[in-house]
Amino acid sequence: MATLKDLASREDLLTGGHRACAGCGMTSIVRQILLVAGKNVVVGCATGCLEVTTTIFPYSAWRVPFIHSAFENVAATVSGIETAYRSLRKQGKIQEDMRFIAFGGDGGTYDIGIQALSGALERGHKMLYVCYDNEAYMNTGNQRSGATPFSAHTSTCPVGSVIKGKQQFNKDLTSIVAAHGVPYVAQANGAFWKDLTTKVEKALSVDGPSFLNVLSPCVLGWKYPTDETVEISKLAVDTCFWPLYEVDEGVYRITHVPPKKKPLGEWTKPQGRFRHFHQPGGEALLARAQAEVDRRWEKLLSISEKPRKPGQ
Amino acid sequence: MESKGAVLTGEHFISGNEACAEGALAAGCRFFAGYPITPSTEVAEHMAERLPEVGGTFIQMEDELASMNAILGAAWAGAKTMSATSGPGFSLMMENLGLGIMTETPCVLVNIQRGGPSTGLPTLVGQGDMMQARWGSHGPYEIIALSPSSPQEIFDLTIKAFNLSEQFRIPVLIMSDEVVGHMTEKVIIPPADDIKLTPRRTPKVSPEKYLPYDPDEDLVPAMALAGQGYKMHVTGLTHDRKGYPVITEEAQIELVQRLIDKIRKNRDKIIEYHEDQCEGADVIVCSYGISARTSLLPIQLAREEGLKVGLFKPIVVWPFPEERIGQLAAGVKAFVVPEINYGQISLEVERCAHGKAEVIQVPHAGGGIHDPAKVLEAIRRAAK
Repeated sequence: MATLKDLASREDLLTGGHRACAGCGMTSIVRQILLVAGKNVVVGCATGCLEVTTTIFPYSAWRVPFIHSAFENVAATVSGIETAYRSLRKQGKIQEDMRFIAFGGDGGTYDIGIQALSGALERGHKMLYVCYDNEAYMNTGNQRSGATPFSAHTSTCPVGSVIKGKQQFNKDLTSIVAAHGVPYVAQANGAFWKDLTTKVEKALSVDGPSFLNVLSPCVLGWKYPTDETVEISKLAVDTCFWPLYEVDEGVYRITHVPPKKKPLGEWTKPQGRFRHFHQPGGEALLARAQAEVDRRWEKLLSISEKPRKPGQ
Repeated sequence: MESKGAVLTGEHFISGNEACAEGALAAGCRFFAGYPITPSTEVAEHMAERLPEVGGTFIQMEDELASMNAILGAAWAGAKTMSATSGPGFSLMMENLGLGIMTETPCVLVNIQRGGPSTGLPTLVGQGDMMQARWGSHGPYEIIALSPSSPQEIFDLTIKAFNLSEQFRIPVLIMSDEVVGHMTEKVIIPPADDIKLTPRRTPKVSPEKYLPYDPDEDLVPAMALAGQGYKMHVTGLTHDRKGYPVITEEAQIELVQRLIDKIRKNRDKIIEYHEDQCEGADVIVCSYGISARTSLLPIQLAREEGLKVGLFKPIVVWPFPEERIGQLAAGVKAFVVPEINYGQISLEVERCAHGKAEVIQVPHAGGGIHDPAKVLEAIRRAAK
């Protein structure tokens, strides 16, 4: 397990100078992941914020081999790379021990990319797929996705006088991936660096596909001040909206149990996309969102190993 | 709740993408399924706001395959339907565009073209999908595609697209581009009573006598809608007049020949173009969409130099106005064809000119519009 000092001494493989927005959660997540992965990786990236902000010609922020696919197929592209690598290695043409990481946003993973992801998981390619989930199509200006939470405002499910934002709950993609029975699946969050980096180490060590779903706050889409990204990330965990857990060889394990489960409103209140929750008449909507968070949390508790007490 | 009407009669200062959405609403579109993609997203965003105000339905789908299928499904349920996309999404829609053609499903598909191939230039202009519009889905077919040059034209042509799709039971394409989509200009929306709409051709015979693919004299069959009591079988397989799959050469010839002929034999009712000083011209600039508009300046400059230059602008690009190009070819030295690709419509002009006039391409890779000096230089060369 790498220490903070150790991680901080490593070379950043996603450099500064990229064009991500101030306060973007995504780039710090990717930097943490690459600090663990090291230089012997090939990165594939779906069309989306990460690709657009880090690869504006003639610059690249990547210090590792990088391939951009179309929107829907990064898992398939990396499947091809990983297969070719295995063949070349078998033929003795490559000696290095390589790792393969596919990055996709929630649009490129939950929605248009889920077919390619599912195929790659089922075929069993040795790759890590990371979804940086900012809960809408942020690259095209905040349209709803399968990851957008209930009642959040986006430009294609606006909060109006009658219809209040998205009418559906967000898809539980982590469970969908876990249902493929792959060796390692986890939910993580950029504000919990030790939890995230430990999960990356585990994910890269398994012999087969692994998947990380990482919540990635978006300043513009979620509408909060640029200096609150870490705080908003933490609140998503402390309210149990975004539990940190892993599914390790089929065993569910909650990796961080909030000392005190906070009300969902503490996470939604600083975010403009949920402003209507905190205006007169918004209580019922917030209560509905809270009920779903509670239901999912209780379900997760019921299927997870009993959390160990400190010292055990 | 204050509800705006479907037809916002009056003068507006809006973008091409918003004008497209308003044109659809004015044409009676009450169902939009789409997926965000630059530079078309504003069409979806505008429809997401406006459709609920007029009792319509907006659905955001999980990708463009689903978007295209959803508008086909909703059309069969009886709605006038539309989707909007751009290059990569247009590519994904091609299989189901073919399904729409085969099942003779009226709907409108908007392509706000950007630079390609692949992800290309999401935020910048292109006209590289013109031949894809014609041939992008597999198998033999005819298609209808329109090309607007301004926000006003995209409003007007969106209404026309809906009317043509109902008249001929076919998906109609609006092949616009990023510049027209994002350009903001005055758009005049006429009173609702002045907008002529083509209603869906529903069956006149009883359910017992109805054959879903038995064509009228113009080769277009009447379309029963879900809930009307008619028995239907809708399939992408080759089918007979009952709609049942028949996997034979005879059935294929009967069906596909009619799908081709219903457009080819009705060309005169579909084709529309704009001509300016083409009679007596030595050179005709043939261009469409934003490129027709950027050609206006070089044409004016050439005329000031004393050259006899005309403008031929296909408004309906597919089917292509081949007879008219053939007639004009007899009287001119050359056609100049500026387009934001490496020669697509220029190949059609060349084909239709039958060697009677030279065809000078003015290609552009995309990412910007033509430099008027280059078009002017091509006109001068053509006039020699």
